[in-house]
Amino acid sequence: MVISHLIKKQTYFDSVTLMLIGSQVKKLPGIDSTVVGMCTDYNIESLKRLDMYQSSFDGLTPNDLIICIKAADKQTADAGIAEVEKRLASRKQTSGSAELPPSSQEEAASRLPEANMVVISVPGEYAAREAEQALNNGRHVMLFSDNVSIEEELRLKTLGASKELLVMGPDCGTAIINGTPLAFANAVRSGDIGVVAASGTGLQEVTSTIHRLGCGITQAIGVGGRDLSEKIGGKMTLLATRALAEDPATKVIVMLSKPPAESVLKTLYAELKNIDKKIVIYFIGADPKAIEAQGFIAASNLEDAAIKACDLSTGKKHNSETREEQIIEAASGSKMTGKHLRGLYSGGTLCDEAQRLLQPVIGEISSNTPVKGCKEMPDVYKSSGHCIIDLGDDNFTRGKAHPMIDPAYRSERMLQEIADPETGLIIFDVVLGYGSHLDMAGEMVAAVEEGRKKSGRNPLLAACICGTREDPQNYAQQQKILEDAGIKVFPTNVAMVSFARHCLERNK
Amino acid sequence: MLKDFFGKKVKVINLGIASFAEDLRKQGVETVHTDWRPPAGGNKKIQALLDKVASWQSKVKSAKGAR
Repeated sequence: MVISHLIKKQTYFDSVTLMLIGSQVKKLPGIDSTVVGMCTDYNIESLKRLDMYQSSFDGLTPNDLIICIKAADKQTADAGIAEVEKRLASRKQTSGSAELPPSSQEEAASRLPEANMVVISVPGEYAAREAEQALNNGRHVMLFSDNVSIEEELRLKTLGASKELLVMGPDCGTAIINGTPLAFANAVRSGDIGVVAASGTGLQEVTSTIHRLGCGITQAIGVGGRDLSEKIGGKMTLLATRALAEDPATKVIVMLSKPPAESVLKTLYAELKNIDKKIVIYFIGADPKAIEAQGFIAASNLEDAAIKACDLSTGKKHNSETREEQIIEAASGSKMTGKHLRGLYSGGTLCDEAQRLLQPVIGEISSNTPVKGCKEMPDVYKSSGHCIIDLGDDNFTRGKAHPMIDPAYRSERMLQEIADPETGLIIFDVVLGYGSHLDMAGEMVAAVEEGRKKSGRNPLLAACICGTREDPQNYAQQQKILEDAGIKVFPTNVAMVSFARHCLERNK
Repeated sequence: MLKDFFGKKVKVINLGIASFAEDLRKQGVETVHTDWRPPAGGNKKIQALLDKVASWQSKVKSAKGAR
């Protein structure tokens, strides 16, 4: 193996751009490993771990770009570097305008003084500094960055709440504010349902389902997964809910979250009881009866939350898009060639929901993110028995782009699961919308076909599509690509999981 | 008040992932993408000093404004 590298001093690209290009170039024939990234501590560690560190990297800073490629021979490694450079140059061209872009938030604000929202996705160690600046200048914040400490989160949310400014995040991937989808969000029509959520894909699943059922939303406010923890005290959930309560356009409020800390729950319930609007609550994994006892409408899953919100919005009864008989019929002709289920999720909340719905029925399930009653996988890279995996979890995304953007590892894992003689059924999600990969169905089908060809095995496959027909990916086309490859397709995770349950029961 | 922000056009400053800004522009949302890079060349000590200076300047500014 030969290593070639190129250092570009004082050249900065965002991590997603660099990780995607690194992952694409790694697929080229003869290339073994690629590290394309800013010279951060993490990338230095990766280079050392892969035995690719060179002494010439000493003294580089996070403002310097490293392109380093290990390949079968020098010509291939050099060609890989040239390909990375070509792709980076084309990124500069597509994002470039005649005017040089501003180099700081302050300069950006002088170009667009009326800006009212700052979307922050810089590395976590710098994110709080930028968020604070935005809040001090009277702007709302969407904080996509992770690795922001809970102390910093508390400080930012205390400042935001005192100024009645949103701090959505940290680690908030989805929001739709005043009809504008931010980061990973779907094209959802305007309506009268307001959503407050501490779960990204949960928010996408509920808002997309509301849209497909014919209703719409006023706001979809992501608050970050820790907002209802004891330390943060639900600061943004309370601010957002109060605002939705006073908003004349909002008729129904939906709240999605992990169960809040006990102390926060009391404050939250007290606040919600003063609101003269219908409130649907889905505290993932909590007992719905406890929520109903407080006088609220409890949902039993994400689809149910959307259906109940639509019922209240229109005063008419809505049903699941897939009838139970259709699911039973689809499962009735399905024969499993192996005994076990494998779930390959890009959406964390969808993975969580699948475990909760299946565990009471099929018993032992392992996961890298186990819910109550499920087991921790001893090795997240090797499945055994029934496994439902969140491929967007930190184990899989350190130094790599999220699987909603970059299908590389999920494709690899698909091949592995198809080849495993234990595998009888594979379920996975295809999340559409802004920010997501433009042809995830195509990427997954390519992996499935390669897996079938290489292993000669053909386990059952089912997918759910989280999205709307207005999303940039073309929902109908994505559905057709999956169906043409013999994959059963469902509009919600709940319907796909129900299909899985019927298949597993029939093939016991 | 947050409720007063509801219904207004969202105008965005984007720091970090460039494709977020591209998606917003495609939807016709007024957006300025920033060619962001770690402040002070990534040197945390200098960054902390610059933050102190900025905080001091802001205090001086607000004190002058209060007069």
